[in-house]
Amino acid sequence: MTRGGKLLLSSTLWRGIVSVAVFLTLWEIGSLSKIWIKWDAFEWLRTALNAVGFKPIYLPWVGAVPAPSEVLNAWLIVLQDPSYWQSWYMSFFRVMSGFIAAMIIGIPFGLLLAVSRTAFGVNFPVFEVLRPIPPLAWVPASIIFWPTQELSIAFVTFLGAFYTVVINVIGGARSIDVRYFQAARSMGSSQWDIFWRIILPGTLPSIMIGSAVGMGITWNVVVAAEMISGGGSQAGGTSGGGLGFFIWNSYVGGSYEQVVVGMISIGIAGYVSSELLRALGTYMTPWLRLR
Amino acid sequence: MSAVMRPAIAVGKSIRGAITIDDVVKIYDPDGAAVMAVDHCSLDIKAGEICMIVGPSGCGKTTLLNAIAGFHEITSGRILLDGEVLCSAEKPKAAPGSDRIVVFQNGALFPWKTNLDNVAFGPIMQGKMTKVQANEKALAMMADAGLAGVEHNFPGEVSSGMRRRVEIVRALMNDPKVLLLDEPYRALDSLTKSVMHEALLEIYYKNKVTIFFITHDLEEAIFLGHKVAIMTTRPCKPKKILAVDIPHPRDYSVLTSKRFRELMEETNEAVHEEALKAFAAGEKEG
Repeated sequence: MTRGGKLLLSSTLWRGIVSVAVFLTLWEIGSLSKIWIKWDAFEWLRTALNAVGFKPIYLPWVGAVPAPSEVLNAWLIVLQDPSYWQSWYMSFFRVMSGFIAAMIIGIPFGLLLAVSRTAFGVNFPVFEVLRPIPPLAWVPASIIFWPTQELSIAFVTFLGAFYTVVINVIGGARSIDVRYFQAARSMGSSQWDIFWRIILPGTLPSIMIGSAVGMGITWNVVVAAEMISGGGSQAGGTSGGGLGFFIWNSYVGGSYEQVVVGMISIGIAGYVSSELLRALGTYMTPWLRLR
Repeated sequence: MSAVMRPAIAVGKSIRGAITIDDVVKIYDPDGAAVMAVDHCSLDIKAGEICMIVGPSGCGKTTLLNAIAGFHEITSGRILLDGEVLCSAEKPKAAPGSDRIVVFQNGALFPWKTNLDNVAFGPIMQGKMTKVQANEKALAMMADAGLAGVEHNFPGEVSSGMRRRVEIVRALMNDPKVLLLDEPYRALDSLTKSVMHEALLEIYYKNKVTIFFITHDLEEAIFLGHKVAIMTTRPCKPKKILAVDIPHPRDYSVLTSKRFRELMEETNEAVHEEALKAFAAGEKEG
């Protein structure tokens, strides 16, 4: 790496550190302000507003959110709890199984729709009707349909990534320059060669974009599905519930610090999965690295 | 034709790559708008000849090229390669084949393959060589064309002039009879272009092929070609066919020669006339 590159890296790094520090500080100040400002002292204001017909039962204030220091304390305790790690494992497992299933089914399906007019004509209308249905609307049907809760959550997660992957694959395959096909055909490529050597690598960048977007949706979906279906585990409790259920359980149990711990955990989990995917994408499409 | 019309290298080798364009008509959308792109066009190109096709933008030159390559259909007439019918009214679309390779206007190197893999692509596809053999030949040809050092780069990593050269070498790897070039140097700056012209001639002198070269640069056409066909604006047919009697091998000193100037003067007016017509037609359509 060049000296300039190192400098850039370090200044980017420093900016990141400062940004996080400022964010945490503002949050801490905001949360602690409930003690300093003494919200109860404004009781007269509430009475006055009530008298004129405006009823602010509760005014939102960042003070209602636990301070980062409290969250950190809760986190340090939770870190020693195996059920917290079990939640991580459960959510990751569900995301990955749904995501991988979406790739395994979505990529060939998208390619088939892109190369065959017949397949497109037969499948696309149904696909387009099903696509706007939010994955979460599938939760009840999924619970009824699949024998276990685990499978129903995985299915809903799968739907989250599936449509995005398929749409991107179709779009990517169709936008391949016609000259590549002409050149390949002139040089004696068979249909099979054209599929493997032109269509597949030509679609790869779009597959990567589709999977990055799909991965994000997958995390959104899994957490909500876990909340709705009660964590999916027969065991109940925090064990085996996944991060979504961890949050919901903490909320029900009144531990707001843990709610925030769960939220940040999901943020980290999503970031880690995106980074892994980006690394995979860069490895798979070396010709795009130098653009 | 006089002896100077033939490149020295063609002498004594079997004749291959003669193109006969015989009364070809191409009408787009014959049932609807019926736009005539090519109008009873006839042109003879000898084996091993560089034939330059000059005409205004959108005149139908590329339609002709696509018909030879087998990408598009013709409406009537026929095109022959070494006496064999490529396409005719009965069989309007020729089968694309490795005997006629196109070098595209904006390039069509596969961006996901390295330059070497691009060059070695054709013979492997045709089953003529193993990957090892193809790579060996590709490396030799690339070195010969001044492309040593960029073999393992992706096309996106090298200059556009380099890319164009890689693409010509990729075409020649297929041992084609005809090289179809569709304004390959259009996007290049004039300095790179002059380098590319000499490089093309150098490659041409080493590999006997017929070259069908589309351009709208008259200077380029006269510098490179044995024959320059000046086409009318749409619908396209030859307006004037000029035999360039400057002997090959040529280099850039030709550009300042008296004969070159004379030929430029002789053809400039015809080209300009068609350009004006094309411009006026464009104005009307716009």
